[in-house]
Amino acid sequence: MIMPSCSLLHLADEDDDRVFEMGDYEGPIARWCSGCGDHSVLTAAQRLMADKQLKPETTVFVSGIGCSSRFPHYMNTYGFHGIHGRALPVATGVKLSRPELDVFAVMGDGDCVSIGAGHWIHATRYNLDMVALLLDNNIYGLTKKQTSPTTPRGYKSNTQPRGSYLLPMNPLEATLGVTNASFVAQTAEWIPAHLFATLKAAYEHRGFAFVRVLQRCPHFMPDLFTDAVKTPDMIEILDHPEGIRAAGIEKIYKNTTRHDPADLNRARELAEDMSAIRLGLFFRDESRPRYEETRALQKRTAREKMDLLNEDFDRYAV
Amino acid sequence: MKLETAGASALAEKEMSVHTVSDISVEVVSDSGEGAQKCGTIFGSVSAKMGNGVWTVEIIPAEVEPPPRNPAGASGIRIRLGDKEVTNWGDETNVIVAFNEQALLGRHDLNALADDAVILLENMWATHPDPAVRKEWEDAMERLSHRSYRIIEVPMEEQCLTVVDNARKGKNMFALGLLTWLFDRDLERTKEQIAFAFRTKKPIITENNIKLLELGYSWAEENLDVRYVVPGMEAAGPMVVMNGNEAIALGAVAAGLDLAAMYPITPATSVSHKLGEIFEKYGGVLHQAEDEIAAAGVAIGASYAGKCTFTITSGPGMALKTEFLGLAVMTEIPLVLVNVQRGGPSTGLPTKVEQSDLLAATYGQPGDAPHVVMAPATIGECFDIMTTARRIAEALRTVVIVLSDANLATGVAPFPRPELSPEWQAGPPDQRPIPAGAKPYDWDPETGLSRRFIPGQAGGEHTLTGLAHDERSKVAYDSDTVQRSMTMRSRKLAVFQSTLLPPEINGDPEGGDLLIVGWGSTKGAIEEAVGRARKEGLSVSSTHLTFLSPLQPGLKEIFGRFEKVMTVEINYSDIVGDPYITPENRRYGQLAMMLRAQTLVDVDCWTRVLGEPLRPGKILQAIRQHMPGGEA
Ligand SMILES: Cc1ncc(C[n+]2csc(CCOP(=O)(O)OP(=O)(O)O)c2C)c(N)n1
Ligand code: SF4
Ligand SMILES: [Mg+2]
Repeated sequence: MIMPSCSLLHLADEDDDRVFEMGDYEGPIARWCSGCGDHSVLTAAQRLMADKQLKPETTVFVSGIGCSSRFPHYMNTYGFHGIHGRALPVATGVKLSRPELDVFAVMGDGDCVSIGAGHWIHATRYNLDMVALLLDNNIYGLTKKQTSPTTPRGYKSNTQPRGSYLLPMNPLEATLGVTNASFVAQTAEWIPAHLFATLKAAYEHRGFAFVRVLQRCPHFMPDLFTDAVKTPDMIEILDHPEGIRAAGIEKIYKNTTRHDPADLNRARELAEDMSAIRLGLFFRDESRPRYEETRALQKRTAREKMDLLNEDFDRYAV
Repeated sequence: MKLETAGASALAEKEMSVHTVSDISVEVVSDSGEGAQKCGTIFGSVSAKMGNGVWTVEIIPAEVEPPPRNPAGASGIRIRLGDKEVTNWGDETNVIVAFNEQALLGRHDLNALADDAVILLENMWATHPDPAVRKEWEDAMERLSHRSYRIIEVPMEEQCLTVVDNARKGKNMFALGLLTWLFDRDLERTKEQIAFAFRTKKPIITENNIKLLELGYSWAEENLDVRYVVPGMEAAGPMVVMNGNEAIALGAVAAGLDLAAMYPITPATSVSHKLGEIFEKYGGVLHQAEDEIAAAGVAIGASYAGKCTFTITSGPGMALKTEFLGLAVMTEIPLVLVNVQRGGPSTGLPTKVEQSDLLAATYGQPGDAPHVVMAPATIGECFDIMTTARRIAEALRTVVIVLSDANLATGVAPFPRPELSPEWQAGPPDQRPIPAGAKPYDWDPETGLSRRFIPGQAGGEHTLTGLAHDERSKVAYDSDTVQRSMTMRSRKLAVFQSTLLPPEINGDPEGGDLLIVGWGSTKGAIEEAVGRARKEGLSVSSTHLTFLSPLQPGLKEIFGRFEKVMTVEINYSDIVGDPYITPENRRYGQLAMMLRAQTLVDVDCWTRVLGEPLRPGKILQAIRQHMPGGEA
């Protein structure tokens, strides 16, 4: 007899006829400041889930600590709100051991680019099939306005009141420099269509999809992206049939550059050149090895394991 | 010191002396890369097969290839044989084979050699073309002459060159031949063991090694006049022989662990070497992370996803994992952490034993993070403890820290072969839907225990958080929730403690003058010392704790049966009588501190950090000195 729901064995539940609406993924009301860019990312993620009909129970949002890392709390899925900078190792553990789950990692710029920088580089190299969102507001929000690695030079904060000393780090350039990077994109939360299209492409990508989301923090960085929001021409859209195309934005965002996302060298040049804010898919290569597949193993029963273990013990027999 | 040259007339008309001994320690020392350890391992295995109790421990210099002929670079192995079970590395070495006089000096300098040690010493250095080497030899002989060692010169190089071109790659098997004759080991068994040890190499290697073995054997037969007999025991049942790290690796498999995440660190790494070799065939993943923090994170992520996982490290790595340990405790994710302790603080003594991480393991996480700390005392327990630890971690939904150490990690000894049970394995992650209304932390108000939700379980969607939270995993900072959730996480330990048994007493359970309390790898040495002290008529007993946090029950009552209680540990404590040390500022050994706090008994301690396992003889001396009314 086949057990009707032998879910212990991860059999797909065929009579699951649930249809999910965006609202099904909504958790409690988000507690970010009004006008905070994180709200639109949340909406885009819920829209993506509905679009893809992802099951809430097999979707895991993992985050670190920061304003942005509250994200999982506001989703009606499984969520793991861990410790500062360490979303990616946890997400790695989840995906590596349960590849059938859909895994999203949500990080702030302090989280990913500063305290978690080592993990970010290595997660890029592992290339597990997950979406990594860097919600980059160029500041430490939760801890109230300290300089972050992406803060523009000269920008005043509570820790560097005379202006930040260092050149900001460029997360796109850094990710594109890592061996085995397989998907690198940039979007802006104030362009919902582009944001959604980018999340969708990231989800569809088989591998580690790194998305830097330019995010407004009206509370601590009120003028950071004001010009860019007001002046669409400051934004240059990377356009290509193989890239990310957001329907309906072409009327406003006319400044485009053709860029083939298979071209890594050009992607690096475009990322490095900071004269424009570029949105779109910088690079994608689905042929890169994925860690969870490299490490996929045959499952053994308890009995088989004990037989094998007995053989291993034989080698130590006195 | 008696210096004898091989083949000299003193040995010509041999008058054999045969000593039957119940306990003897043998060492083989060389420059690193000369295979002393291989020689000792084979000798130990053959001895175990012949029914002897055996404990072998490697002597490892800190560098991979230290400069040759250097006392600090001595690399080798000690093999202690007995006519009964051997539980520790013993005191001093009675017989030593040295490939050069500097390695020998290294052992002499550490007081590793018995005063009447018999030394078989390669003599090529005495006539070396380089005058500096000859001078070193002479100086060494002068220094060694102040002890009553018996040094027998052996032309190892000259002999080995009759079989191989490069004697550096052959002396170890020649030395094995010497020992095989000296201890009357079964030559055939030794050959089999050689064939096994080199099974993956070209057949010519085994052939040459056997020739060298026979050469050493017959050289000894012709030239040596002393032999030792260590009677064997009847085998009680099937035995296996391995080191503690191999036992942990096999234990992890037996426990059904699916994933081990680690970052290389001595002396824990060899667990992962073993797992690297065998784990995949069981479907297990050994994940070498980018650092210890990530290793902990990956293990926690996989455990959260329903797998059985552990992370393995040593002290400095455990320090890096502390924040994640706190998270696992807070979010009630089961996790086993194995810390194979080494000498500290900081990089400390990477290859040497210490028990200095007890307090860090127990209290070292930020905030109040109640969890379990336990320690294996024997190599066999290194195997068993993995299953125990996993089960506790899952039953309590918390962290279990297992404290092994370099002594267990590198010590090799036989233990009864475990009878494996498939029941030790865990089932696949529970994927049944969660009934409506169930909460992710449905704390039983009595016990604090609750069922966990695993991704994939429909209806169980929630966000787990390291922030203070209520039963529904909602962030909650109100006084009532904070106090209650802390109580629930802590209560689990009390519940667990109520299931534990008081520790057993070795010696006199009725009580007496002195009770020694130990934990971890020192058990064998402590019990041996207590046994010897009791033979001397001293009223001393010992007890050994497997659970350090929570502590096993009944301690205060047990302590009350003894006039004095003292811990013996390998960590630092101030010595009474040292400058500035007063009863007010004296720093106690780490277990002593915990016992004093928990029992309010005035527990004393004798602890030393000597960069080596405690010798039973030294513990015996400490017992004599610390008997109530004694000098200390
Ligand atoms: C180990 C550790 N160090 C520091 C902190 C304090 N902390 C919390 S969030 C944060 C930075 C938040 O900035 P970011 O990651 O950019 O996220 P945002 O709030 O801007 O979304 C810091 C420093 C912490 N929680 N843990
Ligand atoms: S402080 Fe900034 S980042 Fe944080 S919630 Fe407010 S607007 Fe958003
Ligand atoms: Mg930020």
